[in-house]
Parts: sequence; C-alpha cells; structure tokens
Amino acid sequence: MNIDLSRRSFLRLAGAGVAATSLGALGFGEAEAAELAHVRDFKLTATTETRNTCPYCSVACGIIIYARPDDTGKRRVVHIEGDADHPTNRGTLCPKGAALKDFVNAPTRLTQPMIRKPGAAAFEPIAWDDALDRIARAIKDDRDANFLATNEAGVPVNRWTTMGFLAASATTNETAWATYKVVRSMGVVGFDNQARV
Amino acid sequence: MTNSWTDIKNTDLVIVMGGNAAEAHPCGFKWVTEAKHQRGAKLIVVDPRFTRTASVADYYAPIRPGSDIAFLMGLIRYMIENDKVQWEYVKAFTNASLIVKDEFGWADGLFTGYDEEKRDYDKSSWDYVIGDDGFAVTDPTLQNPRCVWNLLKAHVDVYTPEMVERITGTPKDRFLKIAEMIGECSSPTKTMTSMYALGWTQHSKGAQNIRGMAMLQLILGNIGVRGGGMNALRGHSNIQGLTDIGLMSNLIPGYLNIPTEREADWATYMTSRAFKPLRPGQTSYWQNYPKFMVSFMKSMWGDAAQKDNDWAYHYLPKLDVPSYDILRMYELMDEGRVNLYFCQGFNPLLATPNRDKVTRAFSKLKLLVTMDPLETETARFWENHGAHNDVDTAAIQTEVIQLPSSCFAEDEGALVNSGRWLQWHWKASDMPGEARNDVWIMAQIFLRVRELYRTEGGAFPDPILNLTWDYADPNEPHPEELAREMNGRALSAVYDPTDPTKVVAEPGKQLLNFSQLRDDGSTASGCWIYSGSFNEAGNNMARRDNADPDDTGAYPNWTWSWPLNRRTLYNRASCDLNGKPWDPTRKIIEWDGEKWSGYDVPDISPTAKPGEVMPFIMNQEGVSRLFSRGLMRDGPFPTHMEPFESPVENVFNKRMRGNPVVRVFAKDAADLGTSDEFPFVATSYRLTEHFHYWTKHNVVNAALQPEFFVEISEELAAERGIERGGRVRVWSKRGEVWAVALVTKRIKPMICDGKTVHVVGIPLHWGFVGAARKGWGPNSLTPVLGDANVETPEFKAFLVNIEPAVGEAVS
Repeated sequence: MNIDLSRRSFLRLAGAGVAATSLGALGFGEAEAAELAHVRDFKLTATTETRNTCPYCSVACGIIIYARPDDTGKRRVVHIEGDADHPTNRGTLCPKGAALKDFVNAPTRLTQPMIRKPGAAAFEPIAWDDALDRIARAIKDDRDANFLATNEAGVPVNRWTTMGFLAASATTNETAWATYKVVRSMGVVGFDNQARV
Repeated sequence: MTNSWTDIKNTDLVIVMGGNAAEAHPCGFKWVTEAKHQRGAKLIVVDPRFTRTASVADYYAPIRPGSDIAFLMGLIRYMIENDKVQWEYVKAFTNASLIVKDEFGWADGLFTGYDEEKRDYDKSSWDYVIGDDGFAVTDPTLQNPRCVWNLLKAHVDVYTPEMVERITGTPKDRFLKIAEMIGECSSPTKTMTSMYALGWTQHSKGAQNIRGMAMLQLILGNIGVRGGGMNALRGHSNIQGLTDIGLMSNLIPGYLNIPTEREADWATYMTSRAFKPLRPGQTSYWQNYPKFMVSFMKSMWGDAAQKDNDWAYHYLPKLDVPSYDILRMYELMDEGRVNLYFCQGFNPLLATPNRDKVTRAFSKLKLLVTMDPLETETARFWENHGAHNDVDTAAIQTEVIQLPSSCFAEDEGALVNSGRWLQWHWKASDMPGEARNDVWIMAQIFLRVRELYRTEGGAFPDPILNLTWDYADPNEPHPEELAREMNGRALSAVYDPTDPTKVVAEPGKQLLNFSQLRDDGSTASGCWIYSGSFNEAGNNMARRDNADPDDTGAYPNWTWSWPLNRRTLYNRASCDLNGKPWDPTRKIIEWDGEKWSGYDVPDISPTAKPGEVMPFIMNQEGVSRLFSRGLMRDGPFPTHMEPFESPVENVFNKRMRGNPVVRVFAKDAADLGTSDEFPFVATSYRLTEHFHYWTKHNVVNAALQPEFFVEISEELAAERGIERGGRVRVWSKRGEVWAVALVTKRIKPMICDGKTVHVVGIPLHWGFVGAARKGWGPNSLTPVLGDANVETPEFKAFLVNIEPAVGEAVS
C-alpha cells in the first residue's frame, strides 16, 4: 500500500505551534484562544494519501487522493490534487482532473443492483445473489441453445454469436484480463471496447 | 504513441492534425509548450475549426473534414519535388528500393484488382517481386521504375498544391507555408512530431490518414528519434491497455489473432504466420509467434492445453467474418439475432452511430446487463425522457440488470497511457453502498456459469470448465495475481536456447521477459508484450523513480512501458548505418563497436551489427513500409477518398462514393443523405471541461459547460437567419437534435471544388441523465459506417441541415 499519514497534517501542527508561541509572547493569550475556538480543523487532518492516476484521458496524470472514514466507517474521498512527483503532469491538472472529487462522490453513483423487468416503467432493487444467478442462468440457457459447434463443412468453430460483450476502456489491465478470460472461454465473438469508438 | 508525452519536449516542430491536444489532452500538451519555450519549437495546426490548440499555434490552416489524405499526399509530393528527403534514412530504413510487381497500378481513384460487386480488392498484385533466393528484389540506386520510391513519386504526382486546395479547401499559400516548415525537418538534426487522435481515426479511411503521416515522417527520417514519431494521443485512460489485451472480436492479447474458420487446425493457423524474413539477415521478430501463442493458450487453459491436442486450439472460437465489431453486432441485434448484451463501463446509446438504430436494436434484446459506477443512458434506454429519449417504454420487452461497480479511486491495478507506460495505482477509498469492483463481478458470473456446466452439462463446456482460475480467493482474484499471470511464469524448467544445460527460469518462477517464452508448453503468459512488467524483481509497474538522466525525457525507471520497458519505439533508427546518432544532441542509443546501449532499451538485438540488421525488426523486410503490400484493405498507398456523405464528388472518380471497400449494411446505405438535402458538413468534437458522458454527472463540470450547443460560422448563421445564442434544429438523414447556436469566427466557410462548404461543429457531452441540462450527442445524426480496416465509425465527416428553432436565445 502506498498510504501515509498526511504530511500536511504534520505541517499544520507545526504551524499552529509557531503561531501560539509568538502570540503568547506578545500577550495575546485570550485573543489566541478565541481565534482557535472558531477555526475549523484543517480538512486534510488525519486523511490518508494514496497515489493514483486520473481516470479520464490517456495522458494519465498522477494524482494524490486524500480520504478519511465517514460515519459508517467507509473511507471517503475528501480531496484530490495533482501529484508533483509525476513526470508527465508535475502536479498540474486540467478542469476535469481538478474536479475529480465530485466525480467520485457524484449523486448519480450507483449503490445497489437494480432490475427493470420487461415493459416496466421503473427500475427496482434486486439482491446481488439474485441478479448474478439470473445472469448466469440466462448465459447458460442462451449459450446451450445457440452455440455453434461446427460449421456446414463440419469444421469446429465453437462460437456463440447471440451474446455480445462491451468492455470498459477505463478499467485496469487486470480487470481487462479477468474479463477476457471469462468472455473468451464461453466462445463469445461479439466482443469490443472503446478502442473503436 | 511511438514516443511519450515527456519526449515531446525534444521536438523542433509539432503538427497537430486530426486532434486538438490543448483541449482534449491539456496536461500532455504542456510538453508542446515546453518545446516551444525551451527549444523554440514551432506548432502547426490543421483543422476544420480554429481550435484551442490553433489559438496557441505558430501557423494554422483550415481543412475540410475528411480530406486529410489529399493534404498529406500533397506534402509528400512537395518533399520529393523539393528534395526535402532524409535520403540516407529513406534508402536504408524504408522499402523505397524494393521492386513491386508489374501488374500493380492505380487509375480513376482505384488500385488494381477492384471488384465492385464484392466491394473488395484482389490484392495479389500489391506485392514485391521475389527473387530466386526467396528474398524481395531491390534496386538500391532507386533507378528501377518499379521500385517503391518511383511508384510513390508517381502516385503522389497528382496532388499538386492546386489539387490540394481544390479537394481540401486549404488555401494554396497556407498549404505551401506548412510544407516549407515541415520540409526543414528532413535535416537529420531537425525533428517533427505528429500528434493525432480521433480527428484522424473516425473516418471510413481513418487508418489511411495515419499511414499518410507515417510515410511523411519516414521520408523526413523522423521515426525512432527523440522528439519525433507518430503519436496517437488516444482517448480513455486505459484504451491502450484494453487494445493491448485484445478485448476485441478478432484479437488475442499482444496483437495475436483469433483464428478464422478457414484455419481449421493449429498447423494451418501457424502456416500463415511463419513471418519468414523478406531480406537477408533481418530479424522479423513475429517469427516468435508460436511462442507467444502457446504461452497464451497455457495461460488460459493450463494442463488442458497440450501439444497433442494442438494446445486446445478448438477452445478458441473461429470467425466466419473478419470481426463481430460493435457495428455488426447492432446490425445483428436489429435483425433479432442477439439475445444477451453486456456493457461494462460503456455507454453505447450515446457512443455508437445512429442512435435510433441502437435504441431499436436494444429493444430486441432479451437481457441487457450494465456494469458501471454511474447512471448511464444505456441502462435507461427504455425510459421516456420526452424529446430527449422518446421511446414507448411499455412496448420494450428487454429486461435490464444494472450492476453498480467501482471507480478508479476504489480499485488497484495498472492503466496504460498513450506512451505505453503501465502505471500502477492504489485503492484510496471504499465503494458507495453495495457497489463491487469489476473483477469480483466477472468472477461471480464465471463461477456461477461454471457451476451450472458442472452440474448440468451443456454445449461444449470444456473451455469453461478448464479455464485456469487458481487464485487465492476465486471469488475475487487480486490485481497482483492477474498482473503476474499476464507477465507469465515458467511451468517447467526453461532452458537457454544456446546452452541446453543452463536453466534460465526455474519452474514456478516469474519470467524475466518475453525472450524466455517457449513454444513447447514450458511457459505461460497471458499477454506477451507485458512480459517483464511483473517479474522476479517485483511489480515494475509500481516503480516511482522519477530520475531522468541527462534530461532526455525517457524517465526509464518510472513505472514500466511495453515492450521491455522501451520508451521510444524503433529507436535503432535514431542512428545512422554506422550506429552513430543522426543528431548527437539527441542521442537515445548508440553502437560502441560491440553492442547497443544508451538511455533507452535498444529496439534491436543488443549485438545486431548496425550495417546488417535493419531497425524495423517486426517487419519481414527489416525496413519500414512506404508501400504496405496487401496489409490494408483499401490500398498499399493512401489515395483520396471522399467521406460517404460529402458535399463534393471524388475528383478522381465521380462514381465512387466514400471508401470503395467499406462494409455497408443495406439498411444503413438507405440511411445515407446527399448534399442536395443536407448541404452542410458536420464534425463531432470534445471540450476540455468534459470527458465524454462521464463529467455531466459532476456538478463542477456540469456548471462549466451546462448545455448542448452546436458551433457554426457567422456566414452560415447569416445565411440561415440564425441568431447568436438562438435555438436551432440540426438534422441528418438519421435523426434530429435541438441545440443552442454558438456563432463564432472559429469556423469559416471553405471553397472546395468551386463550391462553398460550411462546417457545423457538434460537441458530444450531453445526454438525459446526470447533473447537466438534458441534450443530445452527434450520434443521433451520424451514419453507421466504419473504417475499411478496423471499423471505427465515421463520426468526423457527415452531412446535416440546420434551421432556427423555437425557443429563447441565451447569451
């Protein structure tokens, strides 16, 4: 893992220390206390820093993601900035990269599996197990019904053309490889990704 | 990219044509700014619109969408006519001197062998003369009229500056100024880089656009050198990776091919992949194809793939057509011949041409499954959104399952950037709600299907039952396990081919790189070009040493680039025939009398003598190809072809519509419009504030560019009575959209073949879900036609009409 306690949280503590010392020496103890009472905590305090790359274009700028747990204990992104150590972007980001936090936390992020039944006017929730069982059953039945083992000349062709799969060009290589294995092992030929469009 | 983003700082001249890097790749474009500032490099932009890149260019010229080949062939003609040729490079490192068959020729816009009925060429004449020794015949003096150089000279002769202006609309003086600037880079110490993207690929002859520039770069000696190259800027963050790993109908990872049904067995499949060198002593590295292929089969099916069952050759599907690409699949779907469809992080309802057809096709599916971190229009194609998605919901009988997946911040693994760098990233945060990552989802589907086949049997279950799945947690393979699998490992001891007593890799160990792959079943590797990314030294993709010795821009220890951590492809060509750099100030590698070494991994065998082994080691000729034999369907040289929907006729052949070998489905042919009804040329484009259809979900980006617009010239606005900021209706033969009119000086009418041509720019970032206002994209208007070689749709040149519409103007 590539996570460290934020160096900024360290700087913040050090900076506050300097201010307290100088103000105290000048006899502003009360003013200092009042000031501190309404200054909110620096937002990157106690965040984790993680190296990542921007998911948009293929310049692949380095970014640092700051996250901390929310009330439910899940780690949430609170800030994203350019990675100054990255050779390509050297800390800079474009108008898309600079707004990445609100992409991760978009209100239209999906949070549960949904199903839209034939003819229905709305989605309804479905449990993961039910959704996956349904998908597996549909794959099995359709493959068994439409798999072409040999062509007219009797040559083994082992292809299945009634199912298609579009893969995502923003997923990792590792997701792509797992996807490749699963899709190809079934004999799917209607296989594509964004490289064409 | 042949080079990398950070290498662009080494250039003297940047040509951006077929792209708009300042807008679409802003942080990479900073390296152009760096080259301009530090080296005094110049920037040329050729584009139908005066783009954000053009606004910082040293020289700009307009061009009619879809006419780039004429411009590029005109440039090649200029270089030949004015002796702006890097002769030593051309003679030694290209196929200029190879002799072509007498039967080959070109007339009336077509090459020899055209069959109008089949819409295809018999390409047998597009090849070299082979001598009695089995090698291609050459004439190093370039005197033979049938050598590639003289055929090229004859081929481009018609593209005079006047002809370029007539076809492209680029004023002759602007074209000549650009030709002159480019010509300076024929010096061995001056270099140009080409930066292009979808502006070149999304045409029915996209691959030929790119070949045109690649040929020019070879003539100037700009391939393999620092600050040079052919640099595809690419789109999505891992589009390079997905292509490398072959998630396409006809590919196997590492640019191997899915067999066709004409290749009935392993031996037949391998026979056409012998890759025997066509010149003496040349590398022809694809001769190692069997090693890559056997290692792939072992990686997929382990012990079930053995020599005596042809390495489980029949576990692979065999194609009856060149590919079941996205356009063919939607045609089959529309015919009711597809039942299940999966969209993993893909929004085809907005991304594929002729949205009406896509909606119709999806409505005929039994089941559509989407996996995405965000809402997509595709998952809701059945939902009525008024004019923005006017469907009869109740009539659509498709079941849709929408699965919530992770985004980049919640996942670990490598993405491949345009410069072929595999950059590892780490998980920063947790997924919202019940969302799960894509590997888990794929594993769950696989394990369930495998279980059904185990218990019930069924159609040819072997490739499913025997698929290797020996992960620590089969329910969720770890990214590192998958990465190690792609790199490859020794299944049994791997021996040194020159010393059979010496073991180079012990069983179970990760392979050093693809030089250790074998075709005897002793190695497994999922993707041979990634071999070396995760070896016994560890995860090289996670390296973060950003040192750059002597500031070459190579950053050799930052992550890992394929192949073999090589940063500049064809870098052997950066040196002359004696192995010395053409430009000593831009050395990448050099020959020290015994071996090659330098700042980058040499793109040649380290001990290959410079005067003997030529730099283009993947080619059978050992040299690069100005003439591409029968390797492309639409010609061995690029020739001007109009877009399928064009305001003018092809000047070489009035009967020829579009690219004569493009596959056109009958219904889609009927959906093509003509310039009588649709007089204006439309082209799609992107904005810096948005990424495709993703950022409309982001409140910040949605606020920056909230509303769908189309961009037109002041002249067209005046001609059609369109108010600045007023609402307009734009329609094609296939559909209609309503938008705000952005009336600008950035687009000007052009004169092509004596006719005034207006351009309508159509950005593509709006739909009917997300935080931005509802809108449409260009795919409501575009035709279903793909490039002749790779089926990339023609999004950049089609015909529309435009008129004012009811609605209040915005300022």
